[in-house]
Amino acid sequence: MLPVSYYIGLSAVLFTIGAVGVLIRRNAIVIFMSIELMLNAANLAFVSYARVHGAISGQIFVFFVMAVAAAEVAVGLALIVTIFNTKQSIDVDQMNALKG
Amino acid sequence: MSTELALFIMLSTVAVASALGMLFSRNAVYAALFLILNFATVAVFYLILSAPFIALAQVTVYAGAIMVLFLFVIMLLGAEQTGRTPTVWWIQPLALVLGVILLIESAYLVFTQRGSLPNPEGVPALYGAPKLVGETLFTQYVLPFEVTSILLLVGMIGAIVLTQRKARGKMDDS
Repeated sequence: MLPVSYYIGLSAVLFTIGAVGVLIRRNAIVIFMSIELMLNAANLAFVSYARVHGAISGQIFVFFVMAVAAAEVAVGLALIVTIFNTKQSIDVDQMNALKG
Repeated sequence: MSTELALFIMLSTVAVASALGMLFSRNAVYAALFLILNFATVAVFYLILSAPFIALAQVTVYAGAIMVLFLFVIMLLGAEQTGRTPTVWWIQPLALVLGVILLIESAYLVFTQRGSLPNPEGVPALYGAPKLVGETLFTQYVLPFEVTSILLLVGMIGAIVLTQRKARGKMDDS
């Protein structure tokens, strides 16, 4: 196995790309995809440390992260569809009213 | 060992390039396809790290179900073109600077503190096999597993309730 720092470094790079994506993109769907990328980077770190320690619990936790991400995507995309039906746009710069 | 390093370099190049492609593509459909490629390469990393169950769950759940949902919503809304610049001009440079700072911080942490863990001599037998994962999931982690099923049910009901806005609006108007 390669040194674990390689995998953690790749995970850090992917997480940074996701964080920058959340900050610079204005499309709500692409922001959601960047959040998925960050979750994925965290999962990669989990699996590499689980491999180093020989513990199966890290992989179990990744499974739970995937389930939570699935629920989050379902609710989040429903929210995006609702916002689009109200404002005819999913640009986050135009979501500036508390009352739709 | 050298083949493993070559494989890692190639796969990580693909992963980082597809993530950057998702970040900079103007079309949301292309962004979703780049993200699917990224998820597939990360699934191969899971296979290398002896986690076959997680790798297959990644392909089916992430690259399959979740990204199909994304593509479905993108095409449903007709919101493929995303080429508008933010209204506040300093957001993009500030975000790039903050991203570089985050990368430097995490690289510092990885290579000074947590990256120097010794490599294991060998993995235990059956490590990462679906049998062991299933046994652990249904004995030690059975309560979180059941809570996860409730969470998925709540997510499903929430999605249905949120997208039923038109029918409820009619009832409110009448």
